Amino acid sequence: MIGEKVQRVEDERLLRGQGRYVDDLVPGALEVAVLRSPHAHARIVELDLDPVLDVEGVVAVYTYDDLSGPMAEPLPLLIPHPALTQGRTQYALAKDEVNYVGEAVAFVVAESRYVAEDALALIRVTYEVLPPVVGVDAARRADRLVHDDVPGNVAARMEQSVGDAAAAIEAAPHRLSLDLTVERSASMPMEGRGTVARWDPDTKRLHVWSSTQTSTGLRAAVAAKLGLDLVQVDVITPDVGGGFGVKIMHPWPEELLVPMAAMALGRPVKFTEDRREHFISSAHERGQVQHVDVGFDDEGRLLGLSVQFWHDNGAYTPYGLIVPIITSTQLLGPYKPRAYSVVFESLYTNTVIVTPYRGAGRPQGVYAMERTMDAIAAYLGKDRTEVRATNFIQPDEFPYDQGLTFQDGRPLIYDSGDYPASLEKLKALVGWDEFESFRQEARASGRRVGIGLACYVEGTGVGPYEGAHIHVETSGKVKVAIGLTSQGQGHQTAFAQVVADELGVPFEDVEVTTGDTRRMPYAVGTFASRAAVMSGSAVALAARQTRAKALRIAAEALEVSEEDLEIVDGQVQVKGAPATKVALGTIAVLSNPLRYAFDEASKLATQFTVGDTSKPPIADDEEPGLEGKDFYSPERSTFASGMHAVIVETDPDTCEIKVLKYAVVHDCGNLINPLIVEGQIHGGVAQGIGGALYERMAYDEHGQLQNASFMDFLMPYSTEMPATIDIDHLETPSPLNPLGLKGAGEAGVIPSAAVFASAIEDAEGFPIHAMPISPSELYDLRLQHGHEEPS
Amino acid sequence: MKPAPFEFVRPASLAEALEVLAANPDAKVLAGGQSLIPLLSMRLAAPGMLVDINGIGELSYVRSDREGVRVGALARHAEVEGDARAREVQPLLGLALRQVAHPTIRNRGTTVGSVVHADGSAEIPVVLALLNGRVAVASSSGRRDIAAADLFLGPMESSLKHDEIAVEAFFPAIEHDAGVAFDEVARRNGDYALCGVAAHVRVSGGRIVSVRTGYLSVCDVPTVVDLTAAFPDGVVTPAALDDAGDLAVAALDPVSDIHASAVYRCRLVRTLTRRVVVAAHEHAMSRVGAEVS
Amino acid sequence: MTEPLHDVRLSVNGVVHQVAVPARRLLSDALRHDLRLTGTHVGCEHGVCGSCTVLVDGRPMRSCLMLAVSASDYEITTVEGLADEDGSLGPVQQAFKECHGLQCGFCTPGFLTTITAGLEENPSPTAEEAREMIAGNLCRCTGYQNIVASVLRAAELKAPQP
Repeated sequence: MIGEKVQRVEDERLLRGQGRYVDDLVPGALEVAVLRSPHAHARIVELDLDPVLDVEGVVAVYTYDDLSGPMAEPLPLLIPHPALTQGRTQYALAKDEVNYVGEAVAFVVAESRYVAEDALALIRVTYEVLPPVVGVDAARRADRLVHDDVPGNVAARMEQSVGDAAAAIEAAPHRLSLDLTVERSASMPMEGRGTVARWDPDTKRLHVWSSTQTSTGLRAAVAAKLGLDLVQVDVITPDVGGGFGVKIMHPWPEELLVPMAAMALGRPVKFTEDRREHFISSAHERGQVQHVDVGFDDEGRLLGLSVQFWHDNGAYTPYGLIVPIITSTQLLGPYKPRAYSVVFESLYTNTVIVTPYRGAGRPQGVYAMERTMDAIAAYLGKDRTEVRATNFIQPDEFPYDQGLTFQDGRPLIYDSGDYPASLEKLKALVGWDEFESFRQEARASGRRVGIGLACYVEGTGVGPYEGAHIHVETSGKVKVAIGLTSQGQGHQTAFAQVVADELGVPFEDVEVTTGDTRRMPYAVGTFASRAAVMSGSAVALAARQTRAKALRIAAEALEVSEEDLEIVDGQVQVKGAPATKVALGTIAVLSNPLRYAFDEASKLATQFTVGDTSKPPIADDEEPGLEGKDFYSPERSTFASGMHAVIVETDPDTCEIKVLKYAVVHDCGNLINPLIVEGQIHGGVAQGIGGALYERMAYDEHGQLQNASFMDFLMPYSTEMPATIDIDHLETPSPLNPLGLKGAGEAGVIPSAAVFASAIEDAEGFPIHAMPISPSELYDLRLQHGHEEPS
Repeated sequence: MKPAPFEFVRPASLAEALEVLAANPDAKVLAGGQSLIPLLSMRLAAPGMLVDINGIGELSYVRSDREGVRVGALARHAEVEGDARAREVQPLLGLALRQVAHPTIRNRGTTVGSVVHADGSAEIPVVLALLNGRVAVASSSGRRDIAAADLFLGPMESSLKHDEIAVEAFFPAIEHDAGVAFDEVARRNGDYALCGVAAHVRVSGGRIVSVRTGYLSVCDVPTVVDLTAAFPDGVVTPAALDDAGDLAVAALDPVSDIHASAVYRCRLVRTLTRRVVVAAHEHAMSRVGAEVS
Repeated sequence: MTEPLHDVRLSVNGVVHQVAVPARRLLSDALRHDLRLTGTHVGCEHGVCGSCTVLVDGRPMRSCLMLAVSASDYEITTVEGLADEDGSLGPVQQAFKECHGLQCGFCTPGFLTTITAGLEENPSPTAEEAREMIAGNLCRCTGYQNIVASVLRAAELKAPQP
C-alpha cells in the first residue's frame, strides 16, 4: 500500500461533525478568560481584583501573586544554546512588567466564558507605560531596551563560517550587495489554542487535553511546573484544527494555569483561545532584516558569500535560536557557496514571541539566497536558471557536507538529491523556455507578466527520536500507537499503510493512535517535517519486530521453519502452500499463555491446552502478547528539496498581482501516500501565496497590532489561489531510514517569498527587496523607480 | 469574544418596537446583525438592550415601481439582489450588492441596515447617495424622510436619532437617458474595497449631459462628486477621462491605512473613475439606443 | 445580578429542542454547548472564516453572527444533518472523502453546509463557479484545490443517474 493514493481513514468522522477538538470535550467544565496587557511595554503598578470577586459565576481569579513553587518561576527556555547568552522567558502571569500587548496578566475562571469576559472588564490594573521597542530597526538602535538587563536588545549573536568568505569576495571578479527585509506573519490555524484539564482526586491523576503539537513535551512541563510525578499526568491530543508550528511552542501559560486551576478547584477547567487572543498572545514568525555580500565569477559561480541578518524574536526567547539557526544554515539551499560566513543577531522587541511557523526560518534563508541568485543573473545578463545550475551540488557529490552545524546540533550533511534533474523538470512544467514569447504576446495587448523561480533544500526528520508500539489483538485487529501528534496530516492513514505492508495485514484492520501519552509516553513532537520520517520509520521497525515474533510463534505452531512462512492478509501461511496457515489473531492468542479463558478463542491458550510442560510458559527472552515496540533515532537529518516557479501578471493600473501559473517540483524521497503529500504541498503553497502577497502583522509604533482579525489579516480565500498548482515529483530516497523517506510538510511554503519576488521583479523591471508586497507597495515602488507619475 | 449582557426584546409590531426604543435610550436595533454582532462580540459596542425587529414581518419587502425601488428594513441583501424587477428599475443597486461581503453574509445582512450603519467603506450608502435616494425613518412620534445628502454625518454616524428606526430605503429608478456602473478594487474577493466607485451618466442627443460618481473607502464618509465639467464636449475622450480623474482626486481627501496609502488610493480613484464612467456611458447609450429603435 | 434566561425553541436537523439561554448567547455557542452539536466550529467569531456556517431555512449563514434568541423561527441544518437518510455520507461529504478535500477538518463543516446550499442553487457548477461558491470560507490546510475538486465531484454524485 505504500505509494498508493489511499483515502483517509480520518475523514468519515470529521465529515459527519464527529471530530473531537479540545473545545468539544468535557462539557460543563469551568471556562477561562485571560486579562492581557493592553500595552507593549509597561510596569504593573497596581492590580485591583476587588470588583471581580463578588461577580456571580466567577469561581477564581489568579494573578502572579497566586503562583508558587515552580509556577512562580519563569516559563522554561525550551532549547538552550551557548550563543543564547541573554535568553529570557515570561512568567505564566506577568510579574511586575509586561513586554508585549497580549501578555497574560490575570486568569479568570468562571461558570462560562461570557461571565469570565465580564469579569475581565472589571479588573483594574494601573500601568506605568514605558516606551516600546517595535521592529528590527528600533531594536538595533537600542536607544530603548525591552529588558533593562539585556544590552543592545541582543538576545544572541551567532556566527558560523566555512572558508574565508571576506577574502574570497574581495578577490572575486564581481561583487554585489543586497539589503533585504521580510515581515512578520503567523501560522494562524483555524482552531486556536485550547486546553482542558481534569484532576481526579481519588487516583491523584491529572488528565490534560491540549491542542498541541507535542503531548509528551507538555506532559513533562506540566509535571515539572505543578510538582507532580510524570506518571500522575496524562496528556492527550484530540483532533487538532491545524498547527503549522505555533502549537509546538509549549507550555503556553494557559497550558499550565488550566491544570493548576483544575487541581485547586476540584472541577474541570477549559481554556479556548479566541481569534483576537491568537493574534496577540500566541506566536508569530518571519520578521528579519538581511544584508548579503557576494563575490562571483563570469559564470555566476559563487566564490564567497557573507550574510548578516537581524532576527526579530519578539519579547522572549522560549524556543531558543531555532528559527535564526535554520535561516543561517538552510540559506545555502542546493548550492555550493565555496566560502560562506553568516552572523546573526536575535533581537528583543516589545511584540509577540517568535517561534517556528511552517518553514521555520527557511523561507527567509531561501529568500536571501534566491534574491542573490537573481541579482547575479541580472548583473551578468544571464538566464536565472543557468546561474543556479552553475552552483548546484551535483548528484555524484552526495553525501555533501556543507561544513556547518544544523539546528539539531549535528553536521549539515545532505544525504541525497538530484538538483539538475529537478530544475529540468521545473523548466518543463512551467514552460520556462517558452515564456519570452508569451511575454511578447502579453505585452502586445498591454499586459505585464513575469516569471520567477526559487530553489530550496529542507532538512527534515530531525531527532532525537520517535517510537511506535504495535499490538495485535486476538481478533486480529492491529493497534498502533505513536507518540507524536496529528493536526490534519493524515498520520492515521499513512502509518496504517506502512503497517499493512510491513506486517502483511489488511489496511482496514489497522488503527493508529497519535499523541496520547498513556499509549506512547516517549516521543518528541510534530514539527520540522519529521512525522513521516521519524514515526514512519519507527512504525516500520515496530511492525518488522511484530512480524518476526508472529513468525516465531507460527513456526512453532505449524512446525515449520520461520523462513518458510509469510504473512498475507492477516494470515501466517506456508510459502507455496497457503492452505497451511494460521490467523494472526490466533498467533496473538498463542502469544499470551492464559490461566483464564474469556472466550472461545482464548481457550486455546489456557494452561491445560498448550505448552511444553518442561519449559516456562514464557521463554526467558520473550514477553507475552503479540506486540512490537521500536524507536527510530537517526544520526542526522535527511534533506528534501524542491523548486517552485510562478508566472504572475501585474496590473498596469491597479498594481494588483495575479498568479497565472504555479509549478512545483518536489523531492521528498519515497512517498507513502501521494494524495496526502500533494495536499501538503497545496496547503503550503497557499500559505506561501498568503505570506508573499497578503499576510503581514502590522504593528504600529506603540506596539499595537493593527490587524488582529481575519478582516484585516488577509489569509487567502479560494479566489486568491491560482486555478491549479502543477506538481511533479522526483523521488530520491533517503539512505538514512528504512523506508527511504524525507519530510514533506513544510516544503510548499518555503520558497514563496523568493519565487514571488523573482517573478514580480521580472514583470516590473526593478528589484524587489522587501516582502510581502501589496498592490499599494508595488505602486510606491513604481513611483520610486520613475515608472509612474504620481496621481 | 462574547457579547456583554443586554436585555432583549423581540416586538411583534413596529409600533411596539418604537415604543420600546423610545423608553430605552440605551437600546439598539438588531436586524441582520452582520455588522452589529461582531461589534458586540468584540465588546466595541455594549448596548443595554437589543430590539430585535426580525419578527416584524411587515418590514420585509422589496417593492419596485416607476419611481424606484423601496426596500423594507428586513429585506436581506440577497433578496434585493435576487429581485428581477428591482434590477430593472435601478440596475446600480444589484451591481453594488454583488460586491457586498460574501453571499453568506448577504443572506442575513439587510440593505437598510447597511445604509444606516453609515460605513464609509460600504457599497450601499454610496449608491443611495449617488442616486439621491432617501430613507424613511419612524419613531413613536411619527415618520420622516431623510435625504441621502443629510444622512451620512461622519464615520459610522448617521443622522438617525436613537429612538428612530429606518423602515425603508428608497432608491430612485434609473432615468430613461441614464446609465450606471459600479467597480471596486479589494485586497481579497469579498473584502471591504480599497476603493470603490459608482457612476451615473446621463446623455441627451448622443452627448453626455451629466456625470456623477460616488466613492467608497476613499474618505471616511460616502462621497459624491460631479464630474460633468470634465466632459465639456459631451463625449468620452482619453483627455476628458483624465480630467475627470483630476476632478475626482481634487474633490476627495483619501486616507492612508495598513492596506493602502493615500497616493495609491488616488491612483485607484483615477483608474476606477475612468472604468465606471466609460461603462456607465456605454450603458446610457445602449439604453437610449434601445429606446430609439 | 442573575442574567435572565430566555426560553428558545431551536429546530435543528429536524429535531425541535427547547433551551433556556441568556439573550447574548451566540447561536454557534447554543448549537455547540447547549445542544452538544459540536460539529459546527468557531474559528473567528467575527463572521469572516465561515467555519460556523449553518443552513438557516436552507440558506448558509454564520452562526457566530446570530443570537440563539433570534433563531427560533427557522429550520437549522448543521453538519450533523448532512448525511443521507440511510446514514451514509451525503454527496458533499462523500466527495470530500474521495477528493481529499479536508485535512485538519476544522473548517470543513462550514464548507460542507455552504456547498450543500450552493449546489441546490447551481447543480452543475464550472470550476470557476465552484471556486466562487466557496469564496467566503477560509481553510488553512488544503489550499482549496481539493475543495474545488470536491464541489465538482459532489455535483456529479448529486446528478440524477441517466
